Amino acid sequence: MALKADDLNVGDTYSECLVEDLKRTQIVQYAGASGDYNPLHTDEIFTVEVAKYPSVFAHGMLTMGMTGGMLTNYVGDGRLTKYGVRFTSQVWPGDTLNSTATVESLQDGLVNLVVETTNQHGVKVLSGYAQARID
Amino acid sequence: MAVEKFPVEASHIMMFARSVGDDNQIYYDDEYAKTTEPGTVIAPPTFAQSSAQFDPDYFLRPKIGEPWFGSGGQPTGITRSASGGGGGGGGGLHAEQHFEYHRHVKPGDVLTASVGPGKTWEKEGKRSGKLVFSETVTEYRDQNGELVITARGVGVRTERPVDQ
Repeated sequence: MALKADDLNVGDTYSECLVEDLKRTQIVQYAGASGDYNPLHTDEIFTVEVAKYPSVFAHGMLTMGMTGGMLTNYVGDGRLTKYGVRFTSQVWPGDTLNSTATVESLQDGLVNLVVETTNQHGVKVLSGYAQARID
Repeated sequence: MAVEKFPVEASHIMMFARSVGDDNQIYYDDEYAKTTEPGTVIAPPTFAQSSAQFDPDYFLRPKIGEPWFGSGGQPTGITRSASGGGGGGGGGLHAEQHFEYHRHVKPGDVLTASVGPGKTWEKEGKRSGKLVFSETVTEYRDQNGELVITARGVGVRTERPVDQ
């Protein structure tokens, strides 16, 4: 289900809740699937006592991956041509994340989107862009 | 990360999709996938990052017979000199990631990943002291040598843990 140029306007938005009350186990799951076993994400003792963070925290790429699911739900399967982000704040166990794509511009069969994911405090945790092919 | 052989497999795609909480059946069910526009299972947008699994030298994976810096009987398995707190020996934090898709990869593809030179730069951060950024550009090519994904990552090392 791809987007159609005729149905799109600059400023249109699409939003999803990505996760409610993020669990440490999901972070472990992401470590296992991605192969990034940095203890900062899965090893509470190391992270608190050695790295001096209040707790383990999510891989930035987990947030980017969850946000990517929102994007593909919006633009359709296999339609993304570009997707890039900055990680602007850490994501912690217990966080609830909401993500929004906003139509920034339309050009020659492509839509450019501004992408933003925020936590339950309204703090932006990811900001970026995506581009997708449209009909 | 340079990778000589990254076989894209359906079960890995399924596990990856589960881990990012994506229940789109195109990642799980090849019968369903036939009814979609791509007509096949494809990988989710950030799947290329899991090429780490196929990098023999990837330093954030415990390796058989080698020390690991995570906790065991002690909070860390390795005593390091105090060089930069924020990474906590973990190699810093991920600051940015960008993907350009030339096509979407699918099970059966066998990719290589080659890493080109990237920039490094410094910045003074409010919440974590001096920040040292370094960029890597990774080109993923398929079994025919065709460029399928260009990835640009930016890592940052902080002087101290990020203030909360």
